[in-house]
Amino acid sequence: MSGYPLLAVEDLTMHYQTRAGEVCAVDGVSLSLERGQSLGLVGESGCGKSSLALALLRLQPENAQILRGKVLLDGVDLVSLSDEEMRKYRWNRIAMVFQSAMNALDPVYRVGDQIIEALEQHSNAARHEMVERVGELYKLVNLSPNFIQRYPHEYSGGMKQRAIIAMALACEPDLIIADEPTTALDVIVQDHILREFGNIRKELNMSMLYISHDMAVIAEVSDVVAVMYAGKIVEYGTAGEVFNKPIHPYTRALMSAFPSVTGEKHELATLGGEPPNPLDLPSGCHFHPRCPFATAVCAEQEPPTVRRGDHWADCWNPPED
Amino acid sequence: MAAAAQPTSPNEDRPLLQVEGLRKHFPAGGSRFRRNERFIHAVDDVNFTLGRGESLGLVGESGCGKTTTGKMLVRLIDPTDGHVIFDDGTGEPTDIATLRGKPLKEFRKHAQMIFQDPYESMNPRRTIFDTVAEPLQVQDIGTLVDRLDRVMEMLALVGLTPPRTFLFRYPHELSGGQRQRVAIARALIVEPSFVVADEPTSMLDVSVRTGVMQLMAELASGLGIGYLYITHDLAVARYMCSRIAVMYLGKIVEIGDTEEILRSPQHPYTQALLSAVPVPDPTVAREPVKIKGGVTTLINPPAQCRFYPRCPIADDYCETNDHPPLEHKGQEQEVACYKA
Repeated sequence: MSGYPLLAVEDLTMHYQTRAGEVCAVDGVSLSLERGQSLGLVGESGCGKSSLALALLRLQPENAQILRGKVLLDGVDLVSLSDEEMRKYRWNRIAMVFQSAMNALDPVYRVGDQIIEALEQHSNAARHEMVERVGELYKLVNLSPNFIQRYPHEYSGGMKQRAIIAMALACEPDLIIADEPTTALDVIVQDHILREFGNIRKELNMSMLYISHDMAVIAEVSDVVAVMYAGKIVEYGTAGEVFNKPIHPYTRALMSAFPSVTGEKHELATLGGEPPNPLDLPSGCHFHPRCPFATAVCAEQEPPTVRRGDHWADCWNPPED
Repeated sequence: MAAAAQPTSPNEDRPLLQVEGLRKHFPAGGSRFRRNERFIHAVDDVNFTLGRGESLGLVGESGCGKTTTGKMLVRLIDPTDGHVIFDDGTGEPTDIATLRGKPLKEFRKHAQMIFQDPYESMNPRRTIFDTVAEPLQVQDIGTLVDRLDRVMEMLALVGLTPPRTFLFRYPHELSGGQRQRVAIARALIVEPSFVVADEPTSMLDVSVRTGVMQLMAELASGLGIGYLYITHDLAVARYMCSRIAVMYLGKIVEIGDTEEILRSPQHPYTQALLSAVPVPDPTVAREPVKIKGGVTTLINPPAQCRFYPRCPIADDYCETNDHPPLEHKGQEQEVACYKA
């Protein structure tokens, strides 16, 4: 097992066939994630974050196609597995917490039974062992065991989210993919969930891919940050590097557009224009129409990768180091 | 129940809106044959003022009654009790809580609302021109030609340029940010004295959000419009509002100058709320949020501080006494807490 990172994505490309034309949702994405590490994937809606997550689990919709690239989990390429083999990996090795976790529970079954159902798919343990396991999981996510036998409508939003996290942890996966798990929640509940994620991850030495549009949340949960724009990763580095010395103008714009409750009140910068139309992406650097530093070459050629140690970004006009 | 309205004397310094003892109790249960005795106290004895051209942020978790309060101010919901004295300086101060018929329709020229979801607040089968001109049509202002000019003017003002190209498009052709700009144009076309903005930017992307926030702030100072800005995001409130009111389960627990509250929050709930906001800096480790897990039911709640079950500093006095009144703590800051 050693020698490989837990997850290595190489040049992954996924297209959607739509009536209006072909959409390149994930465009040559490469990244790697060590065991126990957490990667924050940040970007605006429509930039391909969720598509990337679905592609990693091979859960992409029918009109999507993985054109090329590899998803290596411990050195095994998930893209080339058969559907049957892939099913063994899902939940067992990689679990996912979806954005609309609130609606992921079936309203007519007790929540505990739904978690047991997930367990049954992947283990041969006896029923009473599974019931015990659900109890442990509830303790892990700070839910009262009294709720195991209750229905989803008796849970609040934050509790449902916790139950979903418990379900994702049921098989002790190596990697958990969390797609905006706290977006619909209030800040106090969000704070609890983020803290729980952190503690559980440390306890079980799990890796996490955390997807969000909220720079502040990403700053809190990630060791490594990847910034995505129009299907491509445009900047990648440790959280400290990306937040303190961002290279890509898009990252810098995202950061200065974010209001903060602490520190001096600074002017908010506006990023002009709208996110690009995925059917008709700008030539050269996809960001050039909105970039304040764009020059003629940006519209013509794809930007080169600027490397500063392990921290890199794709840009023609990076700031001085 | 509510404090009696003060006698309405003509005064230059009167605020635009003076909200006194505002309540909304929704019936929970009951039927045609059985009298309902259970009420959800969604908004319970809320008092505040909104000055002319001022923007007040109403902050709190979902379900705390902020939207209900906002809707009562524009009379999309009728208050159960209380007074809202409206005085724009041109006419007699009126209590809009009980307006009906013609005066109510007249009042709607002065009060507009911007909703959270730009995808659902517009009729998908009406063009942008129809949508933006609708308030003029309802209020019977101007001829069709006048309205066209006015709509073009408004669209240019909210940054949808050139306006001619937007007039006959449909909502589905616009992005979220553009739709929210249309919603702003629709709200401002009748030149209201105040606008209730209910989370107008929470559905928008970060990069687009800042633009809409700046537009709203510019229009407010340019046209002298007062905002009641409803949001759950303290960071957004900081940029939009000079004053904020923090709501918890139907009550205002703290109100005052924005920077003062953010610098030294007095109410334990405000403190918890503030410490739960993530900080966009990976080197900062936040303090754990000091709050307990309990909840107060809103159906006929007990006569004690609403925050009591979750409060980290509550004692017997808080349990046995009524919900604390708002009291001055500091220059511009009022807090409803016995322990602060």
